[in-house]
Amino acid sequence: MANSLEARLTSLRDTRVWRSIFRSGSGATNLRRALAVQQNVFLHLASVKVRKRSLAFRVTWFLGTLTLGAFLILVLTGIPLMLYYHPSVPQAYADMNDLRFVVSAGVFLRNLHRWSAHAMVLLVFAHMFKVFYRGAYRPPREFNWVIGVVLLLITLFLSYTGYLLPWDQLAFWAITVGSNLISAVPVFGARIRFLLLGGHTVNANALLRFYVLHCVILPLAAVTFVAIHFWRIRKDGGIYSGESKRHE
Amino acid sequence: MSGNVSTTPTAQTDPGSSRRQAFIQLGVGSICVACAGASVFGYEFLAPNVLYEPSPITNAGKPDRYPQGTVTQDLQAGIYIVHGPEGLYALSAVCTHLGCLTAWKPELGIVACPCHGSKFRRDGTKIEGPAPNPLPWLKAWISDEGDLLVDRSAPLEQKQFVRT
Repeated sequence: MANSLEARLTSLRDTRVWRSIFRSGSGATNLRRALAVQQNVFLHLASVKVRKRSLAFRVTWFLGTLTLGAFLILVLTGIPLMLYYHPSVPQAYADMNDLRFVVSAGVFLRNLHRWSAHAMVLLVFAHMFKVFYRGAYRPPREFNWVIGVVLLLITLFLSYTGYLLPWDQLAFWAITVGSNLISAVPVFGARIRFLLLGGHTVNANALLRFYVLHCVILPLAAVTFVAIHFWRIRKDGGIYSGESKRHE
Repeated sequence: MSGNVSTTPTAQTDPGSSRRQAFIQLGVGSICVACAGASVFGYEFLAPNVLYEPSPITNAGKPDRYPQGTVTQDLQAGIYIVHGPEGLYALSAVCTHLGCLTAWKPELGIVACPCHGSKFRRDGTKIEGPAPNPLPWLKAWISDEGDLLVDRSAPLEQKQFVRT
């Protein structure tokens, strides 16, 4: 049974259509396997060869992968939520309530989006603590730590911009307080706040700006930096698995 | 023939090299000018020129709505109208800490902020933080129609009472 399935898979991989999409072809040689990774636009960010011990649970607790998982859930739930949500003052709060009480599966998507957002922030912090206390930030991986800090800031800013979108009292006052914190930036604080809100108070412009930041600008930035982050793992010699083998 | 052609051209002898340098400088300079222009344009675009925000001047109605010894909060306008022994005055209700709307607590006779616990007296002075400053007094006057007007964008340096 298993053999016939394998044989069928192999014959599928030798069809012309498959070979036109995946150029690496079939066969269990190291070259074919390496080509399968190297010639795939998604997989080529990762290493062709990985040390077995760097895949062990205790090395990473899979925290980076889990963070990516949370991000993918957020993208997959966020896009359908956009179909019912209008980022305008008269409609935003009503649309959020429609998603909760009227739209089929709306409450599931909304809550999954919300809980995944909380989980992602938690996982990003856990990932950074794990990297820090294992010393995996040290050269040659120091630049990837910097990329990671940028990703942390993007994650927090995604959370912050998403916080306003329900347009309820909690959202309004949280963004009022948060944007007043920005005013504390020396010299340019008030100007930054004005540009971020598109006005002097949290109002229609602020809602629209936060929506565009939350749904377009910040996700694009996150995807870009995640790609660099993963690619740098390969370029920096793979996942740090405790080379000095002291007590790992 | 061969005397003019140098087999190892240097920056000094090869006329093509200095021309190339000039074009590189021109190109880099153009990109710098374009970036500076895009920054200015971007900033100007992001800063709205027209704001559809409520007017800072708000009409608080007839002054006799505010009896002696009362503190009245206007939630929409975010101000207090206080009628003290010396007359009426308007106080901003926006906390000087992080901009939350404070509330008048009649049972305690103080103004308190729900966000981070700042407390103020009815003349705006601070009882306890984290607010760094007292609640500002706002410019208030009686209009020709006899209404009390308050300019929320005009904090007063000195206390001024509106006498009715």
